[in-house]
Amino acid sequence: MNDSKSLHSKIAKTVRDIPRSGIRDFFEIVSSREGVISLGIGEPDFVTPWHIREAASLALDRGMTSYTSNMGLLSLRRGISQYVAKKTNIQYRPEDEVLVTVGVSEGLDLAIRALVEPGDEVLYHEPSYVSYNPLIQFAYGVPVAIQTKKENGFRLTRQDLEENISDKTKVLLLNYPNNPTGAILSKEDVEDIAAFAIEHDLIVLTDEIYDELTYDQEHFSIISVPGMRERTIYLHGFSKAWAMTGWRMGFTCAPPELTEAMMKIHQYTMLCAPILSQEASLEALKQADTDIAYMKAEYKKRRNYIHASFEEMGIPSIRPEGAFYAFADISKFGMTAKEFALKLLDEENVACVPGTAFGKCGEGFIRCSYATSFDDIKEAMVRIARFIETL
Amino acid sequence: MNELLNLLKQNALESPENLAKMLGTSAEDVKQQITEFEKSGVIRAYQAVVNEEKLDSSLVTTVIEVKVTPESEGGFDRIADRISRFPEVDSVFLMSGGFDLLLFIKGRTMHESFSFVSDKLSIMPGVTSTATHFMMKTYKQNGIVMHTGDDDERLKVSP
Repeated sequence: MNDSKSLHSKIAKTVRDIPRSGIRDFFEIVSSREGVISLGIGEPDFVTPWHIREAASLALDRGMTSYTSNMGLLSLRRGISQYVAKKTNIQYRPEDEVLVTVGVSEGLDLAIRALVEPGDEVLYHEPSYVSYNPLIQFAYGVPVAIQTKKENGFRLTRQDLEENISDKTKVLLLNYPNNPTGAILSKEDVEDIAAFAIEHDLIVLTDEIYDELTYDQEHFSIISVPGMRERTIYLHGFSKAWAMTGWRMGFTCAPPELTEAMMKIHQYTMLCAPILSQEASLEALKQADTDIAYMKAEYKKRRNYIHASFEEMGIPSIRPEGAFYAFADISKFGMTAKEFALKLLDEENVACVPGTAFGKCGEGFIRCSYATSFDDIKEAMVRIARFIETL
Repeated sequence: MNELLNLLKQNALESPENLAKMLGTSAEDVKQQITEFEKSGVIRAYQAVVNEEKLDSSLVTTVIEVKVTPESEGGFDRIADRISRFPEVDSVFLMSGGFDLLLFIKGRTMHESFSFVSDKLSIMPGVTSTATHFMMKTYKQNGIVMHTGDDDERLKVSP
């Protein structure tokens, strides 16, 4: 009974069958080395702004150590509602349409579990964040990955959707600005997708965690398209724009029925998000514009730099419009993305994530995060240029 | 503030080529803008931010609050200008509040700074009183934190 083989057989098949993230394997290789410059980090290099940390510290001093309402502090939900309204012109009632979650990760899990029944198909686009596919499978749904293409700037097109829909499709999962490609959608793209969702009566989950980080044009949310608020779960959080990854704070905005369904799962699994993180997030919303403008200006300069450097090296990448990733096309070197990343690590001690960690159409690409100090980016670009000279 | 100036304030030694890449412009354009800033006096100088504590013979910094009688013509400007001309005076600011001028003096020893106050500053016509403070330690200067070696605590690879 206690040998590992028999224990393995006890593990639920759904869990057993899902491979662990390719990122994790790569992480272990990188962690075993010294002096690595990592462009593989999917979180801001800034620390949370000081006034937010002070607010959390004060909340702790005041003895705020209890549970909160399952939905989250009402004051925070009010703040979130105002914040979302200001960005999208869409109003959500703090009382029954806003749910505070433990990161967008939990919000996504809740949304998928609240909607998906065994055999339901969920459309999502790849290359994608690593959780989407497994979360759908954990809910016994069928993930249907749409392979977006570099030629289309990794945008999801109406034609892509037409080719992948079936009578089992129930949910469409969107993530723009996109991790790992840095792609965004234009207003027209979003309107096309919205029309498709309405026509096929799909529920849309939109993960807009990077929405504050666009560099040349404002992000346009699908909830702003008439007819979409009613069929969309809007997912957002504090991790990226406020550099608050470790606080684990996300939220969902959705019609009352959907919010209630997600709240039930949240209530029984998580109970509530940590109160100190909620207090910190309340403070974060107070100075949102200044905090974000500062970090965004820094990312933009790095984005420009990293993109120009790749161009100079003859490595074409689409110009990243959002998030903080450049998705560089290394296919011409005749290696797989993984081979390229491992060789680069081995020879120049620079870590990038192979595109295949984000889906099979990531083959031929590496993801380079510019949430890294400018000095490190400069040195990494020198090393990558030297590396490709040898290929 | 102008983006180029911001970048130069962070690192004045950054090459025009790199600055151009960050700003999405050409190196020639960056060079020209810098020349214009220099000519118009927007950029006054380029200096290193030195952590004095790392040096064997560090300088003593003295901070002096000065009360002066403003003149009928020129207000504080003339006397501030006179004080500024002493080489030991590092910075001079006109302040609101309980005193008028704030001075930062650099000297090799405390005694040297004291001599400046007693022999030169306090006897100057128009100076009515001074309050002298010695600076003990610098934690942050010109936006630069003095200690180094903060490790990046983040996971080396994350999704």
